Amino acid sequence: MSVTVSRVEPSIAGVGDYLELMKPRVMSLAVFTALVGLVIAPTHLHPVIAFTALICIAVGAGAAGALNMWYDADIDARMTRTAARPVPAGRVAPGEALAFGVTLAVGAVVVLGLLVNVVAAALLALSIGFYVLVYTMWLKRSTPQNIVIGGAAGALPPMIGWAAATGGVAIEPVLLFLIIFFWTPPHFWALSLFRSEDYARAGVPMLPVVAGEAATRRQILFYSLILAPLGAAPWFLGYAGAVYGIVAVATGAAIVALAFRLHAEQNGHVASKQMFAFSILYLFLLFAMLLVDRLSAELIGRLAA
Amino acid sequence: MTTSAIMNENKPPPSPPPPAGEGTEGVRLTEQQLRARRARSIAIAVSLGVLVVLFYIVTLVKGPGVLVRPL
Repeated sequence: MSVTVSRVEPSIAGVGDYLELMKPRVMSLAVFTALVGLVIAPTHLHPVIAFTALICIAVGAGAAGALNMWYDADIDARMTRTAARPVPAGRVAPGEALAFGVTLAVGAVVVLGLLVNVVAAALLALSIGFYVLVYTMWLKRSTPQNIVIGGAAGALPPMIGWAAATGGVAIEPVLLFLIIFFWTPPHFWALSLFRSEDYARAGVPMLPVVAGEAATRRQILFYSLILAPLGAAPWFLGYAGAVYGIVAVATGAAIVALAFRLHAEQNGHVASKQMFAFSILYLFLLFAMLLVDRLSAELIGRLAA
Repeated sequence: MTTSAIMNENKPPPSPPPPAGEGTEGVRLTEQQLRARRARSIAIAVSLGVLVVLFYIVTLVKGPGVLVRPL
């Protein structure tokens, strides 16, 4: 009787491959928005604790990215944009990606709970769990509303930052949550408009694949019309100053104008690419202005004292 | 000459320990795999070191009430 023993090929994965698993660009957005939530909070956190909180949020976001790449390796392999990722390219074994993601997720939540506070840790756990279990494993393959509902995971970092500073949640971080939540559909649907063939090949039911381009353009316009006033809400509710208000109104008008242009576009993807690029700038400007607004107010307060 | 001495003379000389990267089960790592493993090991060591330093500094910052955390 012969017995065949399968042997796992020793790994050739380098440190860079593991960093790539963490989706550094998504991670940087999560850290930036968390930093804003942390800075605009009314309480002052010791810089070391604030740094610890941001590291944990970064690692937690990276863990969610790694688990997403583990589960979605079959989809990634069929899409041009993602085929070179470490798992579908064969540089990291699926089991390695899973172990890496779980270790980082548990580590980030536990360290945040031990060194900062339990509310922030619970929100980080919710964010990772929602992204992996609800978005990646369930919604992404089953409904064109995947990125609408799944967007909640990406919208949580400002709340985590605020909770790290205060130990609780208030209306301001909920507002920031809503801004990112309503920003996500126009951002991702603009991308999926000029990548719809990729999504169709992979069998992902993105809106342009399921409902067509015209319906997607209508939906982008609808969400942009909600997003623009929401973006200005921190100013007219009195949470941010005039500089933020001017930038939010101007960029909000620009994103609505782009959405109208995209809605009117019949063929080609010039407007969708512009919309995708501008949506990134829009979110960055809003959050950067919140940061500038708070830091300048603090500086003026100190100079006056 | 005793029997055991004769037996020892007939034994082959002990084989040298396997070089780095080669286990007793016959897995031979390529240069690339060895380099990748070394890089991963260093990254894990650095991460653990950072974690230890972080816990140490936070303990200093929080003082004796390090375990008293707001909910």
